[in-house]
Amino acid sequence: MILRTSCLLLFISASLAQADVASSVKAILAVGREGQGNEEASVAWRELVKAGPEGLLAIVEGAGKGNVVADNWLRMAATVIADEALEAKKPLPVAELESFLRDTHHASSARSIAFDVIQHADQAKANAIEPTLISDPAQELRRGAVQRLIVAGKEKADAKDEAAAKSTYQAALDAARDEDQVKVIAEALTKLGVEVDLPRHFGFITKWNVIGPFDNAQRAGFDAVYPPEKEIKLDAKYAGKGAEVAWQPFETKHEYGKLDFNKPLTMLKDATAYAVSTFDSTTDREAEIRLGCKNGWKVWLNGELLFGRDEYHRGAQMDQYTLKCRLKKGANTILVKCCQNEQKEQWTVEWEFQLRVCDAAGTAILASNP
Amino acid sequence: MTHKVSSISKAAFVSGLLAMAEPACVWASDWPQFRGPNSAAYLAGAQMPAAPKVEWSAELPGRGLSSPIIVGDRVYVTASSGPKQERLHVIAFSAKDGSKVWERHLRATGRTMSHGKTCVAAPTPCSDGKRVVALWSSNDLAAFDLEGNLLWVRGLTVDYANASNSLGMSSSPIIVGETVVTVIENDSESYTLGIDVTTGRNLWKLERPKAANWSSPIVWQPDAESAPVAVLQCKDGLMGVDPATGSRLWEYKDGASTMSSSVVANGVIYAASKGITAIQPAKTGGDPAQIWRSEQMNAATGSPVVMGDKVYIINSAGVLAVADAKTGERGWKLRLKGPFSGSPVGAGNLLAAVGEKGLLQIVDVTAPEGAVVGSLDFKDELAEKELILCTPSLSGGKIFVRSDRKLWKVGG
Repeated sequence: MILRTSCLLLFISASLAQADVASSVKAILAVGREGQGNEEASVAWRELVKAGPEGLLAIVEGAGKGNVVADNWLRMAATVIADEALEAKKPLPVAELESFLRDTHHASSARSIAFDVIQHADQAKANAIEPTLISDPAQELRRGAVQRLIVAGKEKADAKDEAAAKSTYQAALDAARDEDQVKVIAEALTKLGVEVDLPRHFGFITKWNVIGPFDNAQRAGFDAVYPPEKEIKLDAKYAGKGAEVAWQPFETKHEYGKLDFNKPLTMLKDATAYAVSTFDSTTDREAEIRLGCKNGWKVWLNGELLFGRDEYHRGAQMDQYTLKCRLKKGANTILVKCCQNEQKEQWTVEWEFQLRVCDAAGTAILASNP
Repeated sequence: MTHKVSSISKAAFVSGLLAMAEPACVWASDWPQFRGPNSAAYLAGAQMPAAPKVEWSAELPGRGLSSPIIVGDRVYVTASSGPKQERLHVIAFSAKDGSKVWERHLRATGRTMSHGKTCVAAPTPCSDGKRVVALWSSNDLAAFDLEGNLLWVRGLTVDYANASNSLGMSSSPIIVGETVVTVIENDSESYTLGIDVTTGRNLWKLERPKAANWSSPIVWQPDAESAPVAVLQCKDGLMGVDPATGSRLWEYKDGASTMSSSVVANGVIYAASKGITAIQPAKTGGDPAQIWRSEQMNAATGSPVVMGDKVYIINSAGVLAVADAKTGERGWKLRLKGPFSGSPVGAGNLLAAVGEKGLLQIVDVTAPEGAVVGSLDFKDELAEKELILCTPSLSGGKIFVRSDRKLWKVGG
C-alpha cells in the first residue's frame, strides 16, 4: 500500500513537473516584438533551469516553434542546465537528444541546440555523430562533417593519392554550403584538374535582362517608382536619366554570379538600374533568395516586394541578405533594383549584386529553364 | 520620434533618481561600462601599475574588441565566434585568479557581417551593479544577473529589420537610472532606444539621422541634485535627452565624430566635434554654450580623456596630445607606439594606452613633456595578424586588456 502510494505520488509529481516545464516553454515561445512577454519569459526561464535535466528535451523540442529570440531563451536554458548537470555530475538525456537530433523533421534550430548540448555533455559522442551529418538539412550542422572531408582530402593530396583526393574533395563539395569551405574545396579540386561550376553549385542566377540608368540624385531613386516596378515589358522603352532606355540581355560570367551594371551601362553615379530574370520552378515550394550587394537595392518576386535596403558602400558578401519566399510552379519573375549613389571614392565604383535561389540549407534550387 | 511616456517610465525615472542617490550598488572599484564610471575613462584617486606585469591570462572563446567590465570581484567579457561570427558569448571570470565562473551562449538573430578588422563583439557591455547588459553588432541585446541568470533578451534586428551596418556596429550601451540607452544608428533604419533595464521592453524609441554611427552615448549631470541626462552623438552633433522618456532637452548642432565619443568632466562636455569642442549645456535647459574649440585635438578612432585640468587625445599618428581643460590651450605632445584603435584611460597621474600590435604603454602625464614610464608587450602572445583593439579597463589598481583570444589582468 505504502509502495503504491509512493509510486502514485512520484507519478503525480513527475506529471506536474512536466506540466510546469510545458507551461514555461509556452511562456517563452510567446515572446514577441519589442520585448513583449519578457516578464513572463524571465520567470519561466528560471523555472526551466530549476527543473533541471528532466525538462531538457521539452526545452529543445520547443525551439523553432516561436521566433528566433525565443530560441535564444531556450538555448540558454538548455546549455545552463547542461553546465549545471555536468558540474553536479548529474546525467543528461544524451541518447534522447541524439534521437531528436537524428529526426530531421524537427526544426533545424532545435536540432542545433540538441547537438550543442551533446557536445557539452559528451564530446566523444558528438565526434561520432558529426560525420553522419554530412547531408543534414541544417546548414550549420553539415559544417563539421564537411571540414573533416576537407582535412581528409588534403591528407590524400599531400600523400599524392590524387584519385582518393579528388573523390574526397568532390564529396566535400557536394555537401558544402558555406562559401569559405566551398572556396577551399574548389581551389583544391582545380589544382587536381577538376572543373568546378560554382554558379551552378550555389544556384546563382547569371542570365538577366537589364535596364537603366534612371535617376538617383540625392539618393531619391531608391524610393522613386520607375516603370519596371509597374510592368515588365522587355520590348518597352522608357525615359531614363538623360536618354531613352531599353531592356538588354546580360549574362554574367563571374564565378560568384556578380552582375556588374558598370559593364552594360558604363560607370555612372547617381543612377538606378534594374535586372529581371525568369526562374522556372518545377514545383510550388518554399525557398530563399539570397543576395549580396553594397548598393541600395530592392527585390521583388512575382511583383511582391520582398525587401529593400538603402545602405551604400559599407560592404558586400555572398548571402548577405536572406529573403524567405515561395516559388510557384512554372515561371517566376525576379526583379532587382540596384541604386548607385554620388560617392566618388575608388571604393565606391561597385554597382553590382549577386543573387541565388536556394533552400534553407543553402542548397541551390536550379531553374528548369536554362 | 515616438515616445512612450507612461506611469511605468515615470516610475522608472523616479527609481533612476533613487539609484543615482545610492551609488553603493556599484562598487567603488567597478568599471561598469565602456570607459568606466560615467564613461570618464579616468579614476582620479586610483592607482595604476607603472611597471606592468601580467598577473593572469584567460582564454576567450571568440573574437572581440569590447572592453572587459569589472563588477565586484568579477570580470565580464563578450566574444563572438563561428564561421560567420554568429555565436555570441558572455563570460564571467574571477577577477582574482581568472577562473571562469560562468559562460552563456546565444545565436545572432541579426546580421553578423562586418569589416574584417572589427567583429560582432565590438560594443562593450554595461552594468548597474546588479545586472550585466550585453550588446553585439548583430543587435542582440541580453541582460543577466551577476550569477548569469538570463533576465531578458532582445533581437533588435528582428524588431527593426533594416537596422544594421555592413561594416559592423560598435556603439556601447549605458545604463542611466532604469534605462538602457542603446544606440542603433546606421545608414538605413536608424534609431536609439531607451529600454527598461528590468524588463527589456522599450521605454522610448527615438528616430535618428540615417548615417552610420559608431560613437557611444554618455551621461551629463550638471550637479548632484540634477537628474542625469543621456547625451547622444551623431554626425549632426550632440543631443541631451531625458533617459526616462527620450524627450529632447537640448541640442548642439555643429557636427560631431561618428567614431570618437565625447567625455564629461566637471559638468563640461568635451565633445568629439571638429577636434575637441568644450561645451556647457545650461542646467535649466537651452542649447549648450561653446567654451573653446581646438581642431588640432583631433582623436583618431579613440575618445578623449580628462585627467585633472587637462584633456588628452591620441591622434591618427599615435601622438598623445594635451590641452588645458578650461581654455583649450595646447600643451606637450608625446609620440607613442601605435597605431591605436582603443581609447586611452587614466588613473591618478598615469595614462594607459594599448596599441593595436599589443604594446601597453603607461604615461606619466605630470612629467614636463609627458613620459612613458612603463610598458608591457603582448605581441608574443598574439597570433599572426591578431590585434588588440580594445580600450583597457581599470579596477583595483589593475589593468584589464583583451584580444581576440585572451583576457589579461595586469598588475605591477
